[in-house]
Amino acid sequence: MGRERAAVLGVGQTHHRARRTDVSMGGLCREAVDRALADAGLDLADIDAVVLGKAPDLFEGVMMPELALADAVGAAGKPLLRVHTAGSVGGSTGNVAASLVHGGEHARVLAVAFEKQSESNAMWALSISPPFHMPVGAGAGGYFAPHVRSYIRRSGAPEHVGAIVAVKDRRNGARNPYAHLRQPDITLESVRASAMLWDPIRYDETCPSSDGACAVVLGDERAARGRDAAWIHATAMRTEPTTFAGRDQVNPRAGREAAAALWRAAGITDPLSEVDVAEIYVPFSWFEPMWLENLGFTAEGQGWKLTEAGETEIGGRLPVNPSGGVLSSNPIGASGLLRFAEAAMQVMGRAGEHQVDGARRAVGHAYGGGSQYFSMWLVGAEKP
Amino acid sequence: MTVDQVPLSAPLDIGFDYTRSLGPTLTRFATALAGRRVLGARGGDGRVHVPPPEYDPVTGKALTELVEVASSGTVTSWCAQPEPLAGQPLEHPFCWAFVLLDGADTPLLHAVDAPVLRTGARVRIRWAVERGNGIRDIACFEPGEEEPAAQDGAAAEADEVAMITTPVHLSYMHTASPEESRYLRGLAEGRLLGQRCPACEKVYIPPRGACPTDGVPTETEVELPDRGIVTTFCVVNVPFLGQRIPPPYVAAYILLDGADIAFLHLVLGCPPDQVRMGMRVEAAWRPREQWGTTLENIDHFRPTGEPDAPYETYARHL
Amino acid sequence: MTDVSIVSFAQAPNVRATHGTTNGVEMLVPILREALDGAGLAKQDIGFWCSGSSDYLAGRAFSFIAAVDAIGAFPPIHESHVEADAAWALYEAWVKIRTGEVDTALVYGFGKSSAGVLRRVLAMQLDPYSVAPLWPDAVSVAGLQARLGLDQGLWTEQDMAEVAARSRGANPNAQVHERVTAEELLDRPYLADPLRRHDCPPVTDGAAVVVLATAERARELTPNPARIIGMAHRVESAQLGARELTASPSTAAAAAAVGTDGATLAELHAPFTHQEILLRRALRLGDEVTVNPSGGPLCGNPMFAAGLARIGEAATRVPPGERAIAHATSGPLLQQNLVCVLEGE
Repeated sequence: MGRERAAVLGVGQTHHRARRTDVSMGGLCREAVDRALADAGLDLADIDAVVLGKAPDLFEGVMMPELALADAVGAAGKPLLRVHTAGSVGGSTGNVAASLVHGGEHARVLAVAFEKQSESNAMWALSISPPFHMPVGAGAGGYFAPHVRSYIRRSGAPEHVGAIVAVKDRRNGARNPYAHLRQPDITLESVRASAMLWDPIRYDETCPSSDGACAVVLGDERAARGRDAAWIHATAMRTEPTTFAGRDQVNPRAGREAAAALWRAAGITDPLSEVDVAEIYVPFSWFEPMWLENLGFTAEGQGWKLTEAGETEIGGRLPVNPSGGVLSSNPIGASGLLRFAEAAMQVMGRAGEHQVDGARRAVGHAYGGGSQYFSMWLVGAEKP
Repeated sequence: MTVDQVPLSAPLDIGFDYTRSLGPTLTRFATALAGRRVLGARGGDGRVHVPPPEYDPVTGKALTELVEVASSGTVTSWCAQPEPLAGQPLEHPFCWAFVLLDGADTPLLHAVDAPVLRTGARVRIRWAVERGNGIRDIACFEPGEEEPAAQDGAAAEADEVAMITTPVHLSYMHTASPEESRYLRGLAEGRLLGQRCPACEKVYIPPRGACPTDGVPTETEVELPDRGIVTTFCVVNVPFLGQRIPPPYVAAYILLDGADIAFLHLVLGCPPDQVRMGMRVEAAWRPREQWGTTLENIDHFRPTGEPDAPYETYARHL
Repeated sequence: MTDVSIVSFAQAPNVRATHGTTNGVEMLVPILREALDGAGLAKQDIGFWCSGSSDYLAGRAFSFIAAVDAIGAFPPIHESHVEADAAWALYEAWVKIRTGEVDTALVYGFGKSSAGVLRRVLAMQLDPYSVAPLWPDAVSVAGLQARLGLDQGLWTEQDMAEVAARSRGANPNAQVHERVTAEELLDRPYLADPLRRHDCPPVTDGAAVVVLATAERARELTPNPARIIGMAHRVESAQLGARELTASPSTAAAAAAVGTDGATLAELHAPFTHQEILLRRALRLGDEVTVNPSGGPLCGNPMFAAGLARIGEAATRVPPGERAIAHATSGPLLQQNLVCVLEGE
């Protein structure tokens, strides 16, 4: 008894834009699928099963859209599984696909995740206030901004750290041909001069609203034979309730435990030295230092120092989001799978202009809900 | 059973006009419909499918060969709709049908304006007055054969239809839990009723059907004062669709004295930039005659002017 | 790969409408405990959790998050969720155990179908470009499928009524229970010609929980686990017109992948009478196979839990040494089907 090895054989993504009005939802998914299959050198017919992830169905106004998309993602006649774990769903989609290989169910699995935010309005969908409640909700930014304030208070981080992250990620995004926002000329000053949307979160420290999709082809050891592959060394998922008395909303225990499980399973004892690149789900810039701590890259309260020292830039000690991350492209349901795919691209040496030299081990990370769903994987150039 | 025991319910309507970009294949279909023509797509096995699928239902390959089919056809199956539901093509009794249009190999699902039908019946398209709505350019089908002259007259070149709007309006009955209902009824009397979890002894407001950490219902009722502190907050400056409080406003987590969990509410009574973590606040209730079973009875929280709570006293609530 | 067994099963009463909250999570609280007690496990003992539900039943984004509170998910749990019937969550959990990462899993599904107008909400599952804008409701679409089979001589209204009569008499504890003959049922009026009310499932609020463990662990936990011999699922094209609607090729393919010979019992997730007939043929069930002793979805159809409940019902009812088939479906007109074969121990 033992689990099968699993590897990423190919990845693909769409050009992410505010409005991809040139395609349908199916066309959007298919653009990513075709690129992933081409990257893996495979055809749709080679795929044994499909896992599809996306965030709430209310965003597109289609109930369980994977059913209507069965043909577009090449699933007709095959197993199709729909995952939904809030904003972490893209990551969970990758992990469930990996599980299907690890468990010996399938030799080649296609993971697809998408969001076509332009079909509706995510702020609306996330702010529907049911009867009896106080209608103070203001989308994801309104939800997370108070917790960012708590982080700043707790860690004593200087106010400009959020802007540092924004500048880095947007400049990284400019190196990524698929990124939605590409702003090579952004500066600390321009970020700090941008509008305060949900004080303490500024406009330029906020992810865009994007249409986009991502696809990843995973295979077992046999399918990976003789190819470049990103081997899956470990996966982890953890969940906790949204609110409870005494909940740490800044450094949630679910995230800490998921990370600990990930490092343990991958045999990593010092993540900062042993991981070469991290693609972390940072929809608001302050979440970079918050998640650096939550993931155990630094001690609690120290994450911002790594960011401030420039160590999370490409060329730094731990490049974070060389792709530009969620701050540069945010097709919500796909954002997690994009992190996972970008991590795989790094260890496969396929990240082009945003390649981190010598990347051998990379982590992909996603979170969702009220910082309560976490999913992550660690991929490496070598077999585990 | 007293009235008090029935959980509170209220309607929850959600509606949005979704904008669907169609992509190349469905754009041609929708554009043809606006010009009173119907296109199908030829699949890899030679079958002509209407509506044209973007991807082959058998192989998944992209389909690009579109062919025109007739606007009349044969009913291959039908089901009566004696009581039409909101949004359906007709408001009086009609039939749903699979219609195999002449020239197509697979049927189209649509409505036929007839209270009953028979399989094999011939039907033709009744075009909608309004064009540019994709499949809804077909108002419905009606019994009969295509009328060539009339159809020729109606057919015209139409502007490209690359986007359709799909209104989705759904109605639900939202129901609060029994615990939350007690709390809401308390609010209607100007009282703030929390409950203590029997396992962890934390005081929850609103009370929960199940304690989030112990999974057991919260039980012992605890009445809480209408004052407490701001633990953390943000200033909402951004306007958005469906917003009910005009920005800018302070959305703050309020921790009532004696409670173990904070809830989100509004802070007014001082400029937004003077709201602080740890600031003491009290409820500003609306006039009593406006009270209902809702937290909105408290219009907002306002500063009391007391000294701020030390950070250490609320750090574990962040 | 590791063998996996079903250790315990619990379900909430199937009712037309609960007083519970919109998302229906409080139906879960007592049955989570019942299922855990049945397995002799505490929540901390569970290695993996997986659930199935739908945001559109409650009309709110992330409605499943409320269930995480109902679980008491702290310390944090290893968890996942499918936006589908929880039978697919069970599939995910089964795979997870087979990876060797965990040796127990708890699967749950829940839904308050009564919160909205279910048959209309389900129209949202249809093709969003060419079908859903017309709002064809779930009953009407099923009627189109039923008539295809009637016209082709694959079944008669009498056959359909016989399925209903048998189901309605099967389980005195079901939401729908009556002793009635097919003839009596045929005297009743059409709901939507060709369907009468008895051909359609009731609207049901409900929830179900299943606990899984490695076969080895299962034997320590219960004297009578049901071992999962195999499980597979398939989806069909989204193009209604292009589908083979009077057969169920995806069910047949899933069954072929698993191997269903020798079963003596079947719990079929057939919400409409004609779909039971169609599924029996796809699964090649002979008359010797007892179908839906629970009454099946025609007598209680808790959305997003009914498929999982079929697996739970089959696991609890299969005698030692015998095999049962549990089937679950998802999507319009049996678009997606799952087949699970169980053996009593």
